[in-house]
Amino acid sequence: MSLFRNIVFTAVIAGLLSGLLMTVMQHFSTVPLILQAETYEKAEPAAAHSHSHEATPAGGAAAPAADHHHDAEAWSPADGAERFIYTAAADILSAIGFGLVLVAIAEAFGGFGGWRRGLMFGIAGFLTVSLAPGLGLPPELPGMPAAELGPRQIWWISTALCTAIGLGLLAYTRSAALAALAIVLLVAPHLVGAPLPPSHETDVPMELYARFVNAVYATNLVFWAVLGALTAIVREKFRAGEDVAVRPAAGLGAR
Amino acid sequence: MVTNSAAVAVSVSASKIIPLSMTAILGLFIVGFVGFSPLEVVHNAAHDTRHSLAFPCH
Repeated sequence: MSLFRNIVFTAVIAGLLSGLLMTVMQHFSTVPLILQAETYEKAEPAAAHSHSHEATPAGGAAAPAADHHHDAEAWSPADGAERFIYTAAADILSAIGFGLVLVAIAEAFGGFGGWRRGLMFGIAGFLTVSLAPGLGLPPELPGMPAAELGPRQIWWISTALCTAIGLGLLAYTRSAALAALAIVLLVAPHLVGAPLPPSHETDVPMELYARFVNAVYATNLVFWAVLGALTAIVREKFRAGEDVAVRPAAGLGAR
Repeated sequence: MVTNSAAVAVSVSASKIIPLSMTAILGLFIVGFVGFSPLEVVHNAAHDTRHSLAFPCH
C-alpha cells in the first residue's frame, strides 16, 4: 500500500499547487470572459436558449429569461468570492485527479526519473486532454450553441482515450505497425467528427470567443507543464516504505 | 544471479499493478466527478472550471 499512499501524497501536493496556479491564471484570463459572455446569454430569449431545457412548458412566459443555471431551484455559488472559492476547489480537485492518472501511467512505464520527463508527461497530458478534444469540440463560452451534452461527452472521452493510447504507442514502441496504429488512433476521432450543433448562431461576439479560446489553451498548457514537472519532483520525495530494490528497469531507465 | 534479478523485477512490476490501477481509477473518478457529473449542483459549482478546461458543458 505504500506505493498507493505515496502516489496519492504526490498527486495531492502537486495538484494543490498547480491547481492554485491555474485558478489564479483563470481568474485573470478565462473567468472574466465567461462572466462577460453570460451577460449575452442572459439577454437571450428563453426560447432560443441553447440549453434547450425540455422541462420548460411551451408557454415559457413563466420561465423568466432562463438563468444560465437551468433549474431555478438548483443551487449555484453566488457571484464573487463564493464562486471563486468553488472554482478554486474544482480546479484543485481536477488537478489532483489528473495528477493521480499521470503518476500511475508514468510509474507503469518505469517512473519519471526527473522533472524533465515529468514535463514531457505534462505536455502529453495537454495534448490528450486539451488539444485533441479541442480540435473537434473547441472550448465553449456560456451562451454558445452546442450539440446534445451526452454525445459530446462520449466523443470527448473517446478522443482523449485514443490520443493517450496513440501517444503511448509512439513513445514506447518501436515497430512500424504499431506506429501506424498510433497514427490511426490519433486521427480517427477527427475523421469521425465531433457532434455539432444544428446552428452556430450566437449573440456572443466572435472577438470575445477568440480571446477565450486562446486563454483556455494558454492556461491549460502552462497548467499541464507545471503539473507534470511538479509531480515528477514531488514523487522523488515520497518513496518511504517502497522496496529499495524498486528501481526503474534498466531498459526503460535508459530511454 | 542474472535470472534472479530478472525474476525480482518481474514480480515487482506485477505487485505494482494493483496500486497503480487503483490510483488511476481514483484519478479518473475525481476528474469525472468534477468535469462530467450530470448533477446540476456539481455543474454549477464547477461551472467556470468546466468551461476553462474545455470540458463539454451544458
